[in-house]
Amino acid sequence: MSAFADALAEVPPLLASHVRLAAAALFAGLAISLPLAVLAHRRPSIGRIVLGFASLVQTIPGLALLALFYPLLLWLSAAAGGGIPALGFLPSLLALTLYALLPIIRNGVAGLDGIDPAVIQAADAVGMTPMQKLRLVEAPLALPVLVAGIRTAAVWTIGAATLSTTVGCPSLGDMIFAGLQTQNWALVLAGCIAAAALAMVVDALIGLVERGIVRRRRGTWIAALAVLAAGVGAAAAPLVQRGGERVVTIGAKNFSEQYILARLIGDRLRDAGYTVRYRDGLGSAVIYRALAGGDVDVYVDYAGTLWNGAMHRSDVPPRAAMVGAIGAWTRRTDGVRLLGPLGFENAYAFAMRGQEARRKDIADLDALARAAPSLRLGSDLEFLSRPEWAAVRRAYGFRFATATPYSPTFMYRALSSGQVDVISAFSSDGRIAADGLTVLADPRHAIPSYDALLLVAPRHADDPRLLGALRPLVGRIPVTAMREANYRVDRDADKQSPDAAARWLAQRLGL
Amino acid sequence: MPAESLRLDHIAKRFGDTPAVDDVTLGIAKGSFVALVGASGSGKSTLLQMINRLITPDTGRVLIDGVDVATGPAHLVRRRIGYVFQGIGLFPHMTVAENIAIGARIAGQPIPDVAALLDLVRLPGAIADRMPDALSGGQRQRVAIARALAPGARLLLLDEAFGALDPVTRDALGREIRDLHDRLGLTTILVTHDMAEALLLATRVLVMRAGRIVADETPAALLAGEGGEAAQALVAVPRDQARRLADLRA
Repeated sequence: MSAFADALAEVPPLLASHVRLAAAALFAGLAISLPLAVLAHRRPSIGRIVLGFASLVQTIPGLALLALFYPLLLWLSAAAGGGIPALGFLPSLLALTLYALLPIIRNGVAGLDGIDPAVIQAADAVGMTPMQKLRLVEAPLALPVLVAGIRTAAVWTIGAATLSTTVGCPSLGDMIFAGLQTQNWALVLAGCIAAAALAMVVDALIGLVERGIVRRRRGTWIAALAVLAAGVGAAAAPLVQRGGERVVTIGAKNFSEQYILARLIGDRLRDAGYTVRYRDGLGSAVIYRALAGGDVDVYVDYAGTLWNGAMHRSDVPPRAAMVGAIGAWTRRTDGVRLLGPLGFENAYAFAMRGQEARRKDIADLDALARAAPSLRLGSDLEFLSRPEWAAVRRAYGFRFATATPYSPTFMYRALSSGQVDVISAFSSDGRIAADGLTVLADPRHAIPSYDALLLVAPRHADDPRLLGALRPLVGRIPVTAMREANYRVDRDADKQSPDAAARWLAQRLGL
Repeated sequence: MPAESLRLDHIAKRFGDTPAVDDVTLGIAKGSFVALVGASGSGKSTLLQMINRLITPDTGRVLIDGVDVATGPAHLVRRRIGYVFQGIGLFPHMTVAENIAIGARIAGQPIPDVAALLDLVRLPGAIADRMPDALSGGQRQRVAIARALAPGARLLLLDEAFGALDPVTRDALGREIRDLHDRLGLTTILVTHDMAEALLLATRVLVMRAGRIVADETPAALLAGEGGEAAQALVAVPRDQARRLADLRA
């Protein structure tokens, strides 16, 4: 139960951010939808186009809609000469606003269309102007149906806001995604319960507003509106007293090692007097752009990832030369400072169950390629679409029976339970040793090296205080220490939080 | 000859290829109670709704007290004209009192004496705070009449206003309207398909067919056989019914 209590302690700041995002999206959605609903009602031909567009938006999965705004905003920002943030609040707000449109417009039009034509004729006959007709007759009579749509939009928006984590906007989704990665079910549960409770409370309050208006009970709807306004106000309060320049945002991708390193970095920066925020769960493709764009100030990436991804290189030079070339490239291209390698590698490493590898006599990737047609490959979510996979496949001519992507945790599960025969493991993962896996050698050197690199955003590239706080980490973390820290979070029993593992790692390293 | 309250000057209206009102010219004297009778689709409601600009004529002019209704915004014209129709159209989210006061409210004028208006249409003052769905059909139509008269309208348009009521209520309400018309000195135009109602209430009966006025007579003249074939076909219905009722008693 204490794990759950710990998890609940993380709720308040994330809940506040979640409420800010969902409320802003709902208000923006209302501001756009209400005039569109009136227009769609008065001009049915326009209405069909508006509703068609809103329905089309609804068919795009929420995660994809959020992800699509990232390149769109990057492009817009480039076109506008910079200054438009492509990550964080803005893309989340835009995507959720689009999501809120359909139920509000559809119910608004249905509410207006459903009014008795005799009442509309009477409104005209007594001499109402179009605005008076809307305000005194159409709006109040369409209200019950409209409010049902607003409630639906509110519940959808609050639910979909959990996905904003993936584009770097903090929300209750942070707990769900982090908990899923580290198998901290208390964290997942706390995040889900908080999001569901928020949705239910908001739904009930909006319903109360509606009933108060329909039953002409002024006190009821004013009180319910006041509670809603107070909630949004309380969530917005932290914005007023934000820390200004001393705020540092630390980015992390979506696996345990990244969470632990982000906390390790965060603890050191907090000690150095910075206010620290975390942006967890960012994809490999967006996190470097987020750093270059200033949405993230510090994060750890891996040499091979940058080499193949951001730099589009496919040769495989020696480790030291590669790190040097990356540092020169990031500085020249984006003003990003490569502070240095942390001392360990987290390479893609093909791993099999130890016994089976021995039984089938597979020790390296050449042997794996020969046996591949009868083997099933499990990978993480990104691997099959990454250039490393293309390079390895070219070098060894892999042809697996099946290839299935999993989130990292479930990838290890799938291997140990026999659903797959070989996985694209990570060399710094504590579960390789713990599960008795065999890592296959790469005789053709198709996989580049993956030195963990500490990267600093242009804004702090020459900030002596920040660089001074982080420099002790350079070259300091051996792979054994990282594996042990990772395993503390990833293991099934006696799990630790990334915070606790980061503290353990700091102690182990004597920092 | 009393002053003319209303003049229709060569007005016409087509819906698609069908002429609904076909070049009608007509003058109506102040204080007259005119019944506009015709079968469904004869154009009588269209004609009526062009008077308060619920429908805009394709050609021609409508003059009220010598002023073209097409000048100025439509809502200002409508506020001066009482309009009661079969659908009633009470605002379901407003009380009886709020419904009656709506004309004053939208015009920014002081709230009228609702009790007096309810009394005018023979409703108890106690129903002022009720919602329309708590009233009977006859009560609702009475409230609609009070709403139409509240802004001090001198011209009252009744568009099948009694059509949805039971016969007893319909008859009583018809007499009350005629009584109100006389007491308040209104000019009233009643659209109906019921020739008996027209003969009993009106001072002048117009018969419409296919968008044209085919007869324009007093009730007495119509009963005496004037007005032509179309009008006499309509008069024959209640006359025949009355004869059959008399035969039943004999």
